[in-house]
Amino acid sequence: MKVKYFAWVRERIGKAEETIEPPANVRTVDELIAWLSGRGDGYAYAFEKPKVIRTAIDHAHVKPEAAIAGAREIAFFPPMTGG
Amino acid sequence: MTVAATIRIQQADFDVAQEIARLSAGRTDVGAVVSFTGICRGTEGSEPIAALTLEHYPGMAEAEIKRHADEAIARWPLLGLTIVHRFGRIAPGENIVLVVTTSSHRQAAFEAAEFLMDYLKTNAPFWKQEESARGTSWIEARDHDDAAAARWTKS
Repeated sequence: MKVKYFAWVRERIGKAEETIEPPANVRTVDELIAWLSGRGDGYAYAFEKPKVIRTAIDHAHVKPEAAIAGAREIAFFPPMTGG
Repeated sequence: MTVAATIRIQQADFDVAQEIARLSAGRTDVGAVVSFTGICRGTEGSEPIAALTLEHYPGMAEAEIKRHADEAIARWPLLGLTIVHRFGRIAPGENIVLVVTTSSHRQAAFEAAEFLMDYLKTNAPFWKQEESARGTSWIEARDHDDAAAARWTKS
Protein backbone atom coordinates (compact mmCIF):
# COMPACT_ATOMS: atom_id res chain seq x y z
CA MET A 1 0.00 0.00 0.00
CA LYS A 2 1.01 3.59 -0.57
CA VAL A 3 1.59 5.78 2.48
CA LYS A 4 1.72 9.58 2.46
CA TYR A 5 2.95 12.00 5.11
CA PHE A 6 2.15 15.69 5.47
CA ALA A 7 3.41 18.77 7.33
CA TRP A 8 5.63 17.96 10.35
CA VAL A 9 4.95 14.24 10.05
CA ARG A 10 6.53 14.43 6.56
CA GLU A 11 9.44 16.53 7.84
CA ARG A 12 10.22 14.21 10.74
CA ILE A 13 10.10 11.07 8.60
CA GLY A 14 12.04 12.79 5.83
CA LYS A 15 9.86 11.71 2.93
CA ALA A 16 6.46 12.58 1.49
CA GLU A 17 5.42 9.09 0.46
CA GLU A 18 6.51 5.49 0.17
CA THR A 19 5.18 2.03 -0.53
CA ILE A 20 5.08 -0.34 2.44
CA GLU A 21 4.18 -3.96 3.05
CA PRO A 22 3.29 -4.34 6.71
CA PRO A 23 3.04 -7.88 8.10
CA ALA A 24 -0.35 -9.59 8.23
CA ASN A 25 -0.76 -9.05 11.98
CA VAL A 26 -0.91 -5.26 11.41
CA ARG A 27 -4.65 -4.83 10.92
CA THR A 28 -5.64 -1.37 12.15
CA VAL A 29 -4.44 2.22 11.84
CA ASP A 30 -3.24 2.05 15.47
CA GLU A 31 -1.22 -1.06 14.74
CA LEU A 32 0.20 0.43 11.56
CA ILE A 33 1.38 3.52 13.48
CA ALA A 34 3.07 1.27 16.05
CA TRP A 35 4.73 -0.75 13.28
CA LEU A 36 5.90 2.35 11.41
CA SER A 37 7.30 3.80 14.66
CA GLY A 38 9.75 0.92 14.78
CA ARG A 39 11.21 1.68 11.37
CA GLY A 40 13.69 4.33 12.54
CA ASP A 41 14.29 7.44 14.61
CA GLY A 42 12.44 9.76 12.22
CA TYR A 43 9.36 7.54 12.34
CA ALA A 44 9.56 7.23 16.12
CA TYR A 45 9.77 11.04 16.40
CA ALA A 46 6.87 11.60 13.96
CA PHE A 47 4.64 9.14 15.83
CA GLU A 48 5.85 9.87 19.39
CA LYS A 49 2.35 11.09 20.33
CA PRO A 50 0.09 8.73 18.37
CA LYS A 51 -3.10 10.36 19.70
CA VAL A 52 -2.20 13.61 17.94
CA ILE A 53 -1.82 11.92 14.54
CA ARG A 54 -4.77 12.06 12.11
CA THR A 55 -5.21 9.39 9.49
CA ALA A 56 -7.02 9.17 6.17
CA ILE A 57 -7.65 6.04 4.13
CA ASP A 58 -8.30 6.60 0.43
CA HIS A 59 -8.95 10.33 0.99
CA ALA A 60 -11.42 9.95 3.90
CA HIS A 61 -10.78 10.58 7.59
CA VAL A 62 -10.72 7.41 9.71
CA LYS A 63 -10.41 6.60 13.42
CA PRO A 64 -7.37 4.85 14.96
CA GLU A 65 -9.27 1.56 15.25
CA ALA A 66 -10.16 1.51 11.53
CA ALA A 67 -9.12 -1.58 9.58
CA ILE A 68 -6.47 -1.04 6.91
CA ALA A 69 -7.38 -4.10 4.79
CA GLY A 70 -7.97 -3.12 1.17
CA ALA A 71 -6.58 0.41 1.57
CA ARG A 72 -4.84 1.78 -1.50
CA GLU A 73 -3.50 4.94 0.13
CA ILE A 74 -3.09 5.79 3.81
CA ALA A 75 -2.07 9.28 4.89
CA PHE A 76 -0.76 10.45 8.26
CA PHE A 77 -0.76 14.10 9.26
CA PRO A 78 -1.08 16.55 12.18
CA PRO A 79 -4.41 18.18 13.12
CA MET A 80 -5.43 20.40 10.24
CA THR A 81 -4.99 24.17 10.26
CA GLY A 82 -6.54 25.33 6.99
CA GLY A 83 -9.31 27.82 6.38
CA MET B 1 -33.29 22.28 -8.86
CA THR B 2 -29.98 20.61 -8.15
CA VAL B 3 -27.30 22.92 -6.81
CA ALA B 4 -23.76 22.04 -7.81
CA ALA B 5 -20.95 23.41 -5.67
CA THR B 6 -17.92 24.94 -7.34
CA ILE B 7 -14.78 23.86 -5.47
CA ARG B 8 -11.30 25.01 -6.41
CA ILE B 9 -7.96 24.39 -4.74
CA GLN B 10 -5.43 26.72 -6.30
CA GLN B 11 -2.19 28.60 -5.82
CA ALA B 12 -3.44 31.73 -7.58
CA ASP B 13 -5.39 34.50 -5.88
CA PHE B 14 -9.15 34.84 -6.40
CA ASP B 15 -11.43 37.82 -7.07
CA VAL B 16 -14.22 37.97 -4.51
CA ALA B 17 -16.48 40.25 -6.61
CA GLN B 18 -16.10 38.01 -9.63
CA GLU B 19 -16.95 34.89 -7.62
CA ILE B 20 -20.07 36.57 -6.18
CA ALA B 21 -21.13 37.72 -9.65
CA ARG B 22 -20.81 34.17 -11.01
CA LEU B 23 -23.47 33.01 -8.51
CA SER B 24 -25.82 35.98 -8.71
CA ALA B 25 -25.57 37.66 -12.13
CA GLY B 26 -28.70 37.44 -14.25
CA ARG B 27 -30.74 35.67 -11.56
CA THR B 28 -33.87 36.90 -9.87
CA ASP B 29 -34.32 33.98 -7.46
CA VAL B 30 -31.25 34.86 -5.37
CA GLY B 31 -32.25 37.04 -2.45
CA ALA B 32 -29.12 36.68 -0.35
CA VAL B 33 -25.40 36.35 -0.96
CA VAL B 34 -23.01 35.68 1.91
CA SER B 35 -19.27 35.68 1.32
CA PHE B 36 -16.51 34.91 3.78
CA THR B 37 -12.90 35.66 2.92
CA GLY B 38 -10.09 34.40 5.14
CA ILE B 39 -7.04 36.69 4.93
CA CYS B 40 -3.45 36.17 6.06
CA ARG B 41 -2.73 38.29 9.15
CA GLY B 42 0.61 40.00 9.68
CA THR B 43 0.92 38.58 13.18
CA GLU B 44 0.51 35.17 14.75
CA GLY B 45 -0.11 35.59 18.45
CA SER B 46 1.91 38.75 19.09
CA GLU B 47 4.76 37.86 16.70
CA PRO B 48 5.02 39.53 13.32
CA ILE B 49 5.15 37.02 10.47
CA ALA B 50 6.61 37.37 6.98
CA ALA B 51 4.29 34.86 5.30
CA LEU B 52 2.30 31.66 5.65
CA THR B 53 2.93 28.60 3.52
CA LEU B 54 -0.04 26.28 3.12
CA GLU B 55 0.56 22.63 2.41
CA HIS B 56 -2.38 20.48 1.32
CA TYR B 57 -3.23 16.91 0.42
CA PRO B 58 -4.19 16.98 -3.27
CA GLY B 59 -7.13 14.74 -4.01
CA MET B 60 -8.30 14.50 -0.42
CA ALA B 61 -8.66 18.28 -0.06
CA GLU B 62 -11.13 18.35 -2.95
CA ALA B 63 -12.93 15.21 -1.73
CA GLU B 64 -13.26 16.43 1.86
CA ILE B 65 -14.50 19.88 0.87
CA LYS B 66 -17.00 18.28 -1.54
CA ARG B 67 -18.37 16.08 1.27
CA HIS B 68 -19.06 19.17 3.38
CA ALA B 69 -20.41 21.13 0.43
CA ASP B 70 -22.85 18.29 -0.28
CA GLU B 71 -23.88 18.26 3.38
CA ALA B 72 -24.47 22.04 3.32
CA ILE B 73 -26.60 21.68 0.19
CA ALA B 74 -28.61 18.93 1.89
CA ARG B 75 -29.11 20.92 5.11
CA TRP B 76 -29.91 24.40 3.76
CA PRO B 77 -31.97 25.58 0.76
CA LEU B 78 -28.99 27.02 -1.11
CA LEU B 79 -29.12 28.31 -4.67
CA GLY B 80 -25.37 28.35 -5.19
CA LEU B 81 -22.10 27.59 -3.43
CA THR B 82 -18.47 28.35 -4.24
CA ILE B 83 -15.44 27.40 -2.17
CA VAL B 84 -11.90 28.42 -3.13
CA HIS B 85 -8.89 27.49 -0.99
CA ARG B 86 -5.37 28.58 -1.82
CA PHE B 87 -2.12 26.76 -1.13
CA GLY B 88 1.54 27.77 -1.34
CA ARG B 89 3.19 30.90 0.06
CA ILE B 90 0.76 33.64 1.07
CA ALA B 91 1.87 37.06 2.35
CA PRO B 92 0.05 39.14 5.02
CA GLY B 93 -2.95 40.88 3.50
CA GLU B 94 -3.43 38.23 0.83
CA ASN B 95 -6.50 36.01 0.50
CA ILE B 96 -6.42 32.43 1.79
CA VAL B 97 -9.93 31.05 1.52
CA LEU B 98 -13.33 32.04 0.12
CA VAL B 99 -16.81 30.69 0.78
CA VAL B 100 -19.77 32.17 -1.12
CA THR B 101 -23.32 30.96 -0.51
CA THR B 102 -26.50 32.15 -2.16
CA SER B 103 -30.10 31.49 -1.19
CA SER B 104 -33.54 33.07 -1.40
CA HIS B 105 -33.34 34.30 2.19
CA ARG B 106 -30.41 35.30 4.36
CA GLN B 107 -30.54 32.72 7.13
CA ALA B 108 -29.62 29.74 4.95
CA ALA B 109 -26.77 31.63 3.30
CA PHE B 110 -25.35 32.84 6.64
CA GLU B 111 -25.60 29.47 8.37
CA ALA B 112 -24.24 27.40 5.50
CA ALA B 113 -21.24 29.71 5.07
CA GLU B 114 -20.44 29.50 8.78
CA PHE B 115 -20.88 25.72 8.85
CA LEU B 116 -18.54 25.33 5.88
CA MET B 117 -15.84 27.54 7.36
CA ASP B 118 -16.00 25.75 10.71
CA TYR B 119 -15.52 22.40 8.95
CA LEU B 120 -12.82 23.66 6.59
CA LYS B 121 -10.79 24.74 9.62
CA THR B 122 -10.85 21.35 11.31
CA ASN B 123 -11.40 18.76 8.55
CA ALA B 124 -9.94 19.99 5.27
CA PRO B 125 -6.38 18.64 4.88
CA PHE B 126 -4.42 21.90 4.86
CA TRP B 127 -1.54 22.84 7.15
CA LYS B 128 -0.16 26.34 7.76
CA GLN B 129 3.50 27.01 8.33
CA GLU B 130 4.52 30.48 9.46
CA GLU B 131 7.69 32.31 8.48
CA SER B 132 9.04 34.81 10.98
CA ALA B 133 12.35 36.26 12.13
CA ARG B 134 12.77 33.13 14.27
CA GLY B 135 12.50 30.79 11.28
CA THR B 136 9.61 28.58 10.21
CA SER B 137 7.18 26.68 12.38
CA TRP B 138 3.92 24.80 11.95
CA ILE B 139 0.86 26.51 13.34
CA GLU B 140 -0.91 24.40 15.96
CA ALA B 141 -4.58 23.47 15.72
CA ARG B 142 -6.81 25.35 18.14
CA ASP B 143 -9.32 23.73 20.47
CA HIS B 144 -11.86 26.49 19.86
CA ASP B 145 -11.90 25.56 16.16
CA ASP B 146 -12.86 21.98 17.11
CA ALA B 147 -15.60 23.34 19.38
CA ALA B 148 -16.88 25.57 16.56
CA ALA B 149 -17.16 22.60 14.21
CA ALA B 150 -18.74 20.35 16.86
CA ARG B 151 -21.73 22.67 17.40
CA TRP B 152 -23.04 21.75 13.93
CA THR B 153 -23.23 18.05 14.72
CA LYS B 154 -26.82 16.89 14.87
CA SER B 155 -27.63 15.41 18.26
